[in-house]
Amino acid sequence: MSTPVLDVRGLAFAYADGHQALYGVDLHVHRGERVALLGPNGAGKTTLVLHLNGILTAARGSVRVTGLQVTRQNMQEIRRRVGVVFQDPDDQLFMPTVRDDVAFGPANLGIRGDELDARVADALDQVGMRTFADRPPHHLSFGQRRRVAVATVLAMRPEILVLDEPSSNLDPAARRELADILTGLEVTLLMVTHDLPYALQLCDRSVVLSEGVIVADGATVDVLTDEATMRAHRLELPFGFDPRRAQAGR
Amino acid sequence: MGAAHGHRLYFHAHSPLHRLPGHCKVLALVTFVLCVVATPSRAYWAFGLHALALVGVLVVSRVPAPFIVKRMVVETPFVVFALLLPFMSTGPRTDVLGLSVSEAGLHAGLTLLCKGTLGVAASLLLAATTEPRDILAGLERLRLPAQLVQIMAFMIRYLDVAGAEMGRMKIARESRGFQAKGLRSWPVVARSGGALFIRSYERGERVHLAMLSRGYAGTMPSLGEVAATRVQWLTAIMLPAVALSISLAAWGVAA
Repeated sequence: MSTPVLDVRGLAFAYADGHQALYGVDLHVHRGERVALLGPNGAGKTTLVLHLNGILTAARGSVRVTGLQVTRQNMQEIRRRVGVVFQDPDDQLFMPTVRDDVAFGPANLGIRGDELDARVADALDQVGMRTFADRPPHHLSFGQRRRVAVATVLAMRPEILVLDEPSSNLDPAARRELADILTGLEVTLLMVTHDLPYALQLCDRSVVLSEGVIVADGATVDVLTDEATMRAHRLELPFGFDPRRAQAGR
Repeated sequence: MGAAHGHRLYFHAHSPLHRLPGHCKVLALVTFVLCVVATPSRAYWAFGLHALALVGVLVVSRVPAPFIVKRMVVETPFVVFALLLPFMSTGPRTDVLGLSVSEAGLHAGLTLLCKGTLGVAASLLLAATTEPRDILAGLERLRLPAQLVQIMAFMIRYLDVAGAEMGRMKIARESRGFQAKGLRSWPVVARSGGALFIRSYERGERVHLAMLSRGYAGTMPSLGEVAATRVQWLTAIMLPAVALSISLAAWGVAA
């Protein structure tokens, strides 16, 4: 088998205040896979995400991104490989214009001039926001800001795109538009979400993280229809939603 | 990634000082500082006695000395200024450790250092023994204009929120490969600061709207004033009374 894009082994982590968030997480994601990371609030999902690009470093266990171990020395390369889109686009967008913001990441990688412009244009095209390049981010709608936030990371040409709650606070139209964009991207995807229909729509595989360990890993439709697991880990489908019928209609 | 619990300047304990109402302590602090400031310069023995009195209060408060000492770093700019004074002042010169310094400047610097250190230590002791909310209630009780109390209340409420927001922006920056080192990273950090300012301003507007929609008309409900008993006032007045005696004695010796 090929080298996994994401190879997490025995990852354990406790915060400085003693709160243990992860108790030995094992997770492998291969090239081209789309994986939903599900779990109740406080399961350790965000903590896990912050380990993937080295914002937090493993207390025990290891994280490898296409074979490269996450360490202090290769942080820059790790952050190029792992693109994290945070839940609140306002945390991510802080430059005067959309263009400047999308250019921020690749510029940190040392890219300049025409290539930088091309990357910015390309990333904005992928999320359908090219015509907004000269607008200040805080004048955009929330859905548009979320799309620009995705572009800021795509411009770094990551090997894996990690999205934290991509559908939160979006209206149904913006939610569907983002789904269309994400479906069209040719990138490995790890999506942290509470939005189970969204997970089924976008990801073939789902992983459930609960109390700091992986408790389920399989085809999304199987995970969502496993009532015992779902109930045990505070996962609930929206009223009237039938994963099997939705899957058949995909 | 949550905000810190409690306030960083507060030290949880049960002491007579912790139990005193906020307004007694605020008044005692202000009077103490005024007495220290009114002490004649060059009366170093008097500053020593002031410090001794303050140490006595520290012992009563059960706040560990290192807790206060560590937080004294806020005084650093004043220390630097005090250390520069002997070199910048004019007038008769004197030798200290082989360096020629202005005699008037030397005493002015030392006096400034004494007064500043005493003031900062006393303020930190107030903060260590009084919850921010009780300080505000105390200021309200002392008839500080309501607008000023409200501004301070909002500052305390939203300082941690803005701090957490800044922390998340930092993580989002670093996730895109940004490393804050050297002069070249300053424009980026400055832009983040600008964005944070605009966002805080907008949040302020939203908070204001939310307040208006709950019937806010310019006055906040009282923070719950606590009346002080005579014993509490007598306790609170002890430190300033000692400081006043020291100051008066110093003027007597100077005269």
